[in-house]
Amino acid sequence: MANLATEFLGIKSPNPFWLASAPPTDKAYNVVRAFQAGWGGVVWKTLGEDPPIVNVNGPRYGAVHGPDRRLLGFNNIELITDRPLEVNLREIKEVKRAWPDRALVVSLMVPCEERNWADILARVEETGADGVELNFGCPHGMSERGMGSAVGQVPEYIEMVARWCKAHTRMPVIVKLTPNITDIRYPARAAAKGGADAVSLINTVSSLMGVDLDRMAPVPTIDGKASHGGYCGPAVKPIALNMVAEIARDPATNGMPLSAIGGITTWRDAAEFMALGAGTVQVCTAAMTYGFRIVQEMIAGLSQWMDEKGYTSVSDFVGLAVPNVTDWQYLNLNYVTKARIDQELCIKCGRCHVVCEDTSHQAITRTVAGVRKFEVIDSECVGCNLCVSVCPVENCITMEALPPGATDPRTGLPVEAAYANWTTHPNNPMARVAAE
Amino acid sequence: MLVERSSAGRGGPASGPVEDRRIEFGELHPPLSAHEAHVEADRCYFCYDAPCTVACPTSIDIPLFIRQIATGNPKGAARTIFAENILGGMCGRVCPVETLCEEACVRMEAEGKPVKIGMLQRHATDHLIFAGEQPFARAAPTGRRVAVVGAGPAGLACAHRLALRGHEVVMFDARPRPGGLNEYGIAAYKTVDDFAQREVDFILSVGGITLEPGMALGRDFTLAELGEDFDAVFLGMGLAGVNALAAPGEAAPGVTDAVEWIARLRQAEDASAVPIAPRVAVIGGGMTAIDAAVQAKLLGAEEVTILYRRGRADMKASLWEQELAQTRGVTILEWAQPVQIIAGQSGAVEAIVVERTRIAGGRLVGTGAVVTIPVDMVFKAIGQTFVPEPLGAAAGIRLEGGRIAVDAERRTSAPGIWAGGDCVAGGQDLTVAAVEDGKVAAESIHRSLTGGAAP
Repeated sequence: MANLATEFLGIKSPNPFWLASAPPTDKAYNVVRAFQAGWGGVVWKTLGEDPPIVNVNGPRYGAVHGPDRRLLGFNNIELITDRPLEVNLREIKEVKRAWPDRALVVSLMVPCEERNWADILARVEETGADGVELNFGCPHGMSERGMGSAVGQVPEYIEMVARWCKAHTRMPVIVKLTPNITDIRYPARAAAKGGADAVSLINTVSSLMGVDLDRMAPVPTIDGKASHGGYCGPAVKPIALNMVAEIARDPATNGMPLSAIGGITTWRDAAEFMALGAGTVQVCTAAMTYGFRIVQEMIAGLSQWMDEKGYTSVSDFVGLAVPNVTDWQYLNLNYVTKARIDQELCIKCGRCHVVCEDTSHQAITRTVAGVRKFEVIDSECVGCNLCVSVCPVENCITMEALPPGATDPRTGLPVEAAYANWTTHPNNPMARVAAE
Repeated sequence: MLVERSSAGRGGPASGPVEDRRIEFGELHPPLSAHEAHVEADRCYFCYDAPCTVACPTSIDIPLFIRQIATGNPKGAARTIFAENILGGMCGRVCPVETLCEEACVRMEAEGKPVKIGMLQRHATDHLIFAGEQPFARAAPTGRRVAVVGAGPAGLACAHRLALRGHEVVMFDARPRPGGLNEYGIAAYKTVDDFAQREVDFILSVGGITLEPGMALGRDFTLAELGEDFDAVFLGMGLAGVNALAAPGEAAPGVTDAVEWIARLRQAEDASAVPIAPRVAVIGGGMTAIDAAVQAKLLGAEEVTILYRRGRADMKASLWEQELAQTRGVTILEWAQPVQIIAGQSGAVEAIVVERTRIAGGRLVGTGAVVTIPVDMVFKAIGQTFVPEPLGAAAGIRLEGGRIAVDAERRTSAPGIWAGGDCVAGGQDLTVAAVEDGKVAAESIHRSLTGGAAP
């Protein structure tokens, strides 16, 4: 049985599955239930200064559903904890004492003054918590007050506050990043420059969940109005994967510990983020959708997969996919694929044909010899994968690479065995200059 | 021996309260809830050149209407359906979808579980019919008048389309209520809540259609008279005759035509007052046989046996319908051909003698083995026939295989006279096919009256 024990910034946890700073980690009651269910660690919901903030008394959450009410995306306008600081600190101390083997990191958000950060760090340190996470991510409410994503969107502030925190505590410092920026590498570099031990990402994406067309107001509405919230859940996973990968492969931050967040729902989601360099993963929406028990599937699934792959510890595979994330310009232009339709599996819905015909390259037949039949026309197929993407039958359409030496019927050119990319392509003006 | 219906066939009191009847003739397949419809609609792949639409005799754009349900626009979905099939509500209930659209559904190929197109169609159409909203408006009046003979599915579809095109329609029907077989010939459990009349009201709400009930061609008026009073005539008169069994004893009390019995049941104020016997035999293999057998069982008959002279695969009733009957407790005896009906001392039917059959040399032959089955009531559901006499010889309408011959536009051999539905040759004897006939004929009539191409 694979060992899921994780050490992240020196913080040990029995597995890499942490609960993210969010409603599920707002109180000892919830956190204890999480630990009982098997979660490896938690990031306690963001503490702020007294007096506590207040939340709206109308809806805080909104959801995007699939047809069977499957929750695909989720958003919230809840602020940081609305409980007194003292109460949270006392509970953190009690929980950490009762659950010493679990990771307990405390999320923090105070105004951008060194004194404020120094004060709260000292108080958190007294609880025996394992580390702190600086909440520079929340895009709603607190950002209007110069905190949360308002800080995360200014790399200089990130660096400054990270530096203060490292100066005022012995605890590991994780900087939680907002995705609501143009290039995630800049805030990550700033965190590294400020001395942060790790970054965690992504926080939620600024979003409106929909518009009530009768009331002409976004939903969920509070007395006829709505405010943008933070989007999360399965829908944001691809965005988060990219941002994690960008930081993992950026030479300026390569090797910096990462804690990944963003739509992680299953063991497979977790393994994917870990393959892109995440040492731990943090979960919120999945727990808020199904309850804490989902961690059992995550633990069992990851163990099973690791056993099958021969990985004995999570560090065996963390980051293994990072070298395979590259720039477009380095992709092999001599890799030529054609779609292949398995006629045995084809149910003849015709979706591949119509999308190729309407929106792509007219490379799939509608009939063959007068009979409804969908076949790839190799001389038109550019290998785009659209047909694979829309086919309702798994593995019915696959992409097949032409072997070196074969002629691509579309171009009439032989498939080269050698790797060649845009940087050397004759159509690239920059390449031509280099050639001359 | 005819007996008062016993409650649910358990030998209870002679006749139960009316509430019981409602339960017994409740829907066998309740409609989809809004959520169920959304989930089911999501199963549709929105196929290109969709096989379901190709399989539909009225060519309803099925992927489009299902997508409209999925996007929360059931009335739009209904409009899409009604644009091709104004009786889409009834068709959603009675179409043998398992041999039409649902059989063609690509999910059959994928997993053997088609999208529930019929149920979704009903879901959509109910939204407009029960709201009493007519989705279409008539074109400007043309001043032309068309007579429609028969207010069944073919006639209704033809009348609605003609009215839409701006023509005035007078629709005659021999029966007191419009609807044809929808009103008189389909099992009650398929059309609860007086749905057939609701649908007729919905169709007539387009305007421009005058209904003349109780008016039979050949009895109350002639084709020649129609020719004088109208610019065109559409015949959708159905099948007025029934096949004879040609077995001794057929005239014995207790032997009834299934269609007649179903009509009586459908029109009864209180279905529980319609007598049913404990042991019933139904002869035939079509939908009517199934409808009669299942209703007999629901009314309290203890033993109901369908006798069919060929194998189950040959039955016109689909496998789905056969299984419906079987799950309701009906026995299907295949390869059994009635040869004699035996009357008891009272003169009423007491038993039916059947000979087992088989195929020999490509022909159905009796094996000589006979079985006597004690029964108290026999329903004949061995097919209906077209009765041509009301047409009159003068019109010169050509028949083919005993029914009216029509071309692709549903024109008869007589100028100015079109026909459709069960009364024409080569038909499938399906509601949906009758609707298509009516629609196609109406467009042809419109072209003929306006001298132009179809809009």
